[in-house]
Amino acid sequence: MLRIFIHRLLLGIATVAIVSGIIFAAVEALPGDACTAILQRDASGERLANCRRELGLDRPAVTRYVEWASGAVRGDLGISAHNNKPIASLVGDRLKNTLLLAGCSLALGIPLALFLGVLTGLRRDRFSDLALSTIAIFAMTIPEFVTATVLIFVFSIWLSWVPGIVTASASSPLSAFFPGIVLPVIVLTMVMTAHIMRTVRSSVIDVMSSDYVQMATLKGVPYRQIVFRHALPNALLPAINVIALTVGWLLGGVVVVEKVFNYPGLGHYMIDSISDRDLPVVQAIALIIATAYVGVNLAADLLAMAFNPRLRTLKARSP
Amino acid sequence: MTGDVLIDVQNLSIGFTGRSGKLLPVLRNIDLGVRRGESVGIVGESGSGKSTLALAMMGYLKHGLRVISGQSLFGGRDLLAMPSRDLQRIRGGKIALIPQNSGQSLSPNLRVGAQLTESLALHGKVTSSGIPQRVTELLQQVRLPDPAAIAIRYPHELSGGQQQRVAIAMALAGDPEALLLDEPTTGLDVTTQAHILELLSDIAVRLNKAMVYVSHDLGAIARVCSRVVVMYAGEIVLDGDATTVLTNPDHPYARGLLASIPRLGNPNLPMALEGRPPPPGDAGPGCSFVDRCAIAEASCRSERPGLQPLLAGGRVRCRLHERAGSIPTKRAGKPASAGGSFGEPLVRLSNLAISYARQSLVDQLLGRKPQGVPTVDRVDIEIRQGEVIGLVGESGSGKSTILKAVAGLVGPANGEIAYDKSGALPATVEQRRPEQLREIQLIFQNPDESLNPRHTIEQILAQPLQLYFGLSGDALRERSIAILERVRLGAHYLDRLPSQLSGGEKQRVAIARAFAAKPKLVLCDEVTSALDVSVQAAVLDLLDQLRRDSGTTYVFVSHDLAVVRALSDRVAVLYQGRLCEIGPAAAVYSRPCHPYTEALLGAVLEPDPGARPVLMAEDIMELSPPAKGCPFQRRCHRKVEAICESMTPPQQDAGAGHIIHCHIPIGELTSVQTMSALDNVVRPHVQ
Amino acid sequence: MSAGLTAPVAMTARTSRLSAVIREMLSRPSGCIGLFLVIAHVALALFSPFFAPFDFKAMNANAILAPPDSTHWLGTDQLGRDILTRTIMGGRQAILVTAIATPLAVAWGGLLGIYLGLAGGRLDDILMRVVDAFLALPWILKMLLMIVTFGTGVGVLVPTLAFFYGIPVIRIARAATQNIVARDFVLAARARGHSRVSIMRRELFGNVLDALMVEGAMRWSWMLLAFTSLSFLGFGVSPPTPDWGLMIADSRNFMAIAPWPAFAPVIALSSLIIGINLTADALAKALGIDRAQAAVH
Repeated sequence: MLRIFIHRLLLGIATVAIVSGIIFAAVEALPGDACTAILQRDASGERLANCRRELGLDRPAVTRYVEWASGAVRGDLGISAHNNKPIASLVGDRLKNTLLLAGCSLALGIPLALFLGVLTGLRRDRFSDLALSTIAIFAMTIPEFVTATVLIFVFSIWLSWVPGIVTASASSPLSAFFPGIVLPVIVLTMVMTAHIMRTVRSSVIDVMSSDYVQMATLKGVPYRQIVFRHALPNALLPAINVIALTVGWLLGGVVVVEKVFNYPGLGHYMIDSISDRDLPVVQAIALIIATAYVGVNLAADLLAMAFNPRLRTLKARSP
Repeated sequence: MTGDVLIDVQNLSIGFTGRSGKLLPVLRNIDLGVRRGESVGIVGESGSGKSTLALAMMGYLKHGLRVISGQSLFGGRDLLAMPSRDLQRIRGGKIALIPQNSGQSLSPNLRVGAQLTESLALHGKVTSSGIPQRVTELLQQVRLPDPAAIAIRYPHELSGGQQQRVAIAMALAGDPEALLLDEPTTGLDVTTQAHILELLSDIAVRLNKAMVYVSHDLGAIARVCSRVVVMYAGEIVLDGDATTVLTNPDHPYARGLLASIPRLGNPNLPMALEGRPPPPGDAGPGCSFVDRCAIAEASCRSERPGLQPLLAGGRVRCRLHERAGSIPTKRAGKPASAGGSFGEPLVRLSNLAISYARQSLVDQLLGRKPQGVPTVDRVDIEIRQGEVIGLVGESGSGKSTILKAVAGLVGPANGEIAYDKSGALPATVEQRRPEQLREIQLIFQNPDESLNPRHTIEQILAQPLQLYFGLSGDALRERSIAILERVRLGAHYLDRLPSQLSGGEKQRVAIARAFAAKPKLVLCDEVTSALDVSVQAAVLDLLDQLRRDSGTTYVFVSHDLAVVRALSDRVAVLYQGRLCEIGPAAAVYSRPCHPYTEALLGAVLEPDPGARPVLMAEDIMELSPPAKGCPFQRRCHRKVEAICESMTPPQQDAGAGHIIHCHIPIGELTSVQTMSALDNVVRPHVQ
Repeated sequence: MSAGLTAPVAMTARTSRLSAVIREMLSRPSGCIGLFLVIAHVALALFSPFFAPFDFKAMNANAILAPPDSTHWLGTDQLGRDILTRTIMGGRQAILVTAIATPLAVAWGGLLGIYLGLAGGRLDDILMRVVDAFLALPWILKMLLMIVTFGTGVGVLVPTLAFFYGIPVIRIARAATQNIVARDFVLAARARGHSRVSIMRRELFGNVLDALMVEGAMRWSWMLLAFTSLSFLGFGVSPPTPDWGLMIADSRNFMAIAPWPAFAPVIALSSLIIGINLTADALAKALGIDRAQAAVH
């Protein structure tokens, strides 16, 4: 068990290291650098060279990568090219806002998804299943900006229930984001719920047709007890990994949603930084998102292992 | 001993809706009553509807099935039309199931003790404080050692035999009036199977429960049941007492089935029962067996026979049953072996060792060899041109691994495989010469796995023909047809896909593909294990015919000792990847010398009334062979203590190439045998 | 039976599978609706210029944000352009670009995945880490970096989409291959001595193709989502060209006074994506693949 844990952890670290290399190389390959972004129209000749020397950009790429990566490990993400502030503090606020948005969506979406997945799985091929599964396809596949636009029209413009746009600034206290956060949370929740629900549904169907559920039925176990004691503990295991993948998706999907609702989160900031060519910030955000993705998947793997007696005792059994 | 009717199935028909929208019956007009204390065996081949019938007796239908007509009564109430609350009380409490494949029938997330506790709590015949005590008793009752340790395990931590015992304990937990056994020993090793059946028949007698035992295996049924029902294509075709059904049945199908079972004491090939049962919905207006029947008349095609009572008791569904006696039940086919003399040695395995242990990353870095005891070790076998050598042993005996090594799919860790006159055979396929690859062909257990489902039979046969002979166009086609005809299939099979063929036909295609290469050596890996017994006989017959025609050498691997007996000239018995005994089939089977061979043969169940297996070895599961000494030391009933644990057993020659690996002197081995084992094995099979 | 007769019969074994799959798909309402939507959209993308009622660039100063009437059936936008015209032409870029990029993505990802699944070993270990690394980055970051650098021409978008969306295909193809490699018919081919290329071609392709076809349909829908999202954010198709994402973005500014310019592109885009997903669903069911188990993006 410990060996597996260490093995997975090392693989995760290796993945993050490769990601950081890809990010650095990609940004390196882009035309322009921090100095062209700082100097803008004045970026030429003497001044550009001076700036590069000052920021250490004239040194070999490998040296700069090592410096950047070791800084990132310590929590030092460098300086924004746009306004010369440390990136860690700029990103910090926005990360907090994004976590609020993602957290609300997960808190709403995961229980809803598990409930609907189990419900549709148990009521396979009946009307409620067909209706909910069809809605899930809609929710899952229509682009977020389309859903967002429709929701803004209905709830903000037509019914005037909630604001269609977030006006709070990045450093506002969390309470300032309500009720503007409601629509973005709904958009994210819809997509996420649909994904998790479909996996849970198919997993519940598999388990309900398994030999051991048939055996439990023939043992005279009441239906509720079959569902809660024999079926769900086994059916929900695969959901852990899908939830992790969905969280990974959330980190990308949140970008569009934040932009649509003008929500001052990490994704919104990333798009702005790309437009402004603020490359150090882009690097930093990319690294944060990728690390979170790898971390969540790693946690899911370990969690799934911890809940699965087959995997848990695998090592203990073989001599 | 038997009392009133407990289970009463009346005119039951069950079916499913086919693709065409037609209702296709899998059970047709079943009438069957089981009395209290009676043990009834239901035997039939795959697709006969026997499992559907068993589950219907518990009021359970699999997804997609529905009742067309009839009732399934238990204690006078129809289970198929009962509210689920009442059903819950009857299932497990009045009638309990012991399932096939307990490994998958126990909930993987619950400990064994918790699952037993659940059954006990549901059917409330003990107080809640008495439950832990009862769990221990139940586990003891099914002869599981150390019940406390077993109770806290998860199902996947138990061996197949232990899982099956837990399932039996679970069925007994509700103290039911009737037990339903659905292939409870299928998939278990012979010795384990014998132990479980022993336990079941003991329970049947001691607890006086009604038992319905469903199996394809007449041997298992013979051990436990006093009455046998034979099913064919969804119908009951014969119902009678076990002795009659097993020795002189009144239905042509039952007679053909008996003749198709290979016997330990009979060196001849079993009789094939050609053809296949009609799929659901395809049975004509007449008798469903008519196409395969030896005594059928024109009227059998037009009139469906009823299930009529027999004078001597029992029922039969055959209009001509008075004439059924003319069909032999024990007339064995021709003798298989070609006789004593064979040619030059073709393959010689010397001191072969194979290890599956992978080098771990740490080992790789440190340059260490992989740790652990090799899966196969110290195997010396010489295979001569034109002979059939059988490799037998239970799961984990390394028999298939040896085949893979000869085929070049796994490399030996030690020793060598010498081939023909070319000396040592390169370890892996990639290093072998095209000629060597062509001459050695492998046939797999399950044709569903070994034939690419996306290829037509023509494409499947073209592969060796193109690769080895560069054939194409008309020449390729002609050869493909010729090969198909050799395996008794016609040219019209060329355009079909494997999924359009029956199991036996698929295996013939797999055989045809191997023989298309004109091989010298054919490696058969459990080639009949996935087939029904009547189909198995036909495949064995085909293999024998092909070998007669082309003088091919076979290495025939099987867990079924009787099948090996029917085809092999010589037999090698393996345990945990080590050779126990090797010699002429007649010698090994008539006087087994090695204690393991003795235990193995003693555990085989023959389809004869009163056959009693002899249980010598413990049915414990060994995960890996002992590091030194005799591989069988932990289970041996004739162990000579210290020396067996420390020294590798010597090779002793019992004459005529019969070699035994055992510390016990040869004279003692042959004379002081457990007499009952001998009795079981050499019981003459007169016609 | 003559040789001439058998060729078409041998064909039927294979073609009948294709027609059986299509028949199976059409037997479900989801398959019928899905295929209809997809075919209708592709036809529109190909032929819409021939029957669009107006010039998509033509502005009508007298009808700015005009509600639907008999001239402009779906009204006009903020520049007085006909919304019906722009909607039926608004999917052309997206559909054409993604319809080229999807097969490319499936082809390169599929081939590499099959190879890695078959070969295994150290190369597999390393490349799968790289694949994981690419999947850890959000799609929008990867796309934006390429677009900011190289622009939004078709020559940039097609290879970029094909590259990034081929990476998850590697995983799917590799997993499908590993399932098949473990089966006896591949072992049998190895034992006969067929080369690795021959095993890939004869034994693996046909069997992995099922999974790849379903995967391709899903990739297509994700690509469309990416393409239109980028347009919506202003990083895609440049203005006078009609595009659904762009039209929806434009309409948002006037939604309070004139909501109709948004309706048509929203319905057009949604119907295409739903059509593709219904088709993918029906295809997966017809081929017996559990689509819910497939990866998210």
